[in-house]
Amino acid sequence: MEFINLGNIGLIIGFLLIIVGFWGVLTQKNIIKIIIGFSILNTGINLLIVSLGYVKGKTAPIIDATIATEGNYNVADKIVDPVPQALVLTAIVIGFGITALMLAYAMKLYKAKKSLEINKFNDLKW
Amino acid sequence: MLKNTLMTLVLLVMAYLFYGLYDGYELRDSLSGISEHFATKGAEEVGAANLVTAVVVTYRGFDTLGEVTILFLTASIIAFFLKLKDEDFEKTIEHRDTSELLETASKILIPVIFLFGIYVFINGHLTPGGGFQGGAIIATGVALMILANPNIKLNYNVIHWVESISGVSFVIIGILGILLAGGFLDNKIIGLGKFGELFSAGAIPIIYSFVGLKVGAEISNILNKYQKSQKEL
Repeated sequence: MEFINLGNIGLIIGFLLIIVGFWGVLTQKNIIKIIIGFSILNTGINLLIVSLGYVKGKTAPIIDATIATEGNYNVADKIVDPVPQALVLTAIVIGFGITALMLAYAMKLYKAKKSLEINKFNDLKW
Repeated sequence: MLKNTLMTLVLLVMAYLFYGLYDGYELRDSLSGISEHFATKGAEEVGAANLVTAVVVTYRGFDTLGEVTILFLTASIIAFFLKLKDEDFEKTIEHRDTSELLETASKILIPVIFLFGIYVFINGHLTPGGGFQGGAIIATGVALMILANPNIKLNYNVIHWVESISGVSFVIIGILGILLAGGFLDNKIIGLGKFGELFSAGAIPIIYSFVGLKVGAEISNILNKYQKSQKEL
């Protein structure tokens, strides 16, 4: 049972979410569903980055009584990598911004054609 | 048919590439260089129990300023993009009545949600959480407010001023860091305090409170814009 640990589980689910997200973006016709696809894709990538910071058998990077004693706060051999988690915080915020912008565009597109079907927007098709 | 085949092919190739990456993955059993430094020295250098907060607010504080700027940019683009025409401004839309349940529950829940959001960002240096998370929780309260009463008029001036003042204060604290301590956004401008208590980690709780207020105000602003732009549909 070598692969049942948080790092591998996170990687597998992350890759699956990325593929599901891509499938949604490629196949769906409704603009809102495409945006949901992008959101799932985003979540998958975030999960992937966090999993890459996992260190075998270690706990969350928060120093409290369970991993440190008073006066000795060196926890290098007890925690997972905090840097990918901090980076993912940035990525989540940017993902939020992109989703919010896409929803605003969806609103404008709906106003233009009174429909959210992507097939109706064929003005650039020749 | 051709389209579906191509799509399946693309996804399969992607899955194959991912399999290669997954196969080459080896579980780590120690921290990498820079993280090792954060884990060993983080507590005494920054004083925050939550090391992710220490990285986000102090070691990579400039990055966080960039993040806040990106949120601000998003809010501005949406405001520009969903700008209402003057004749739409006075329009009121007839919404279906909201259910009794939602209306009553929102009255009880909204103060609690705001309180929880404030708790999350004030305790960002001790517990999992922080400014962005707390701000997002506050914005969910605003979203509930809009759902419960679709014609509500949010006070734009309050949102605007909270956002501006907290953004400016964030930068001022950063500059104070240059003048009084080691560099931009250094948290040692006030004493680090006792490790693990609410008033510890120097300026981190203050910075995170401003970030939380700013993020909450910005997301509320975006929600407000969405709500208003329904008028032109």
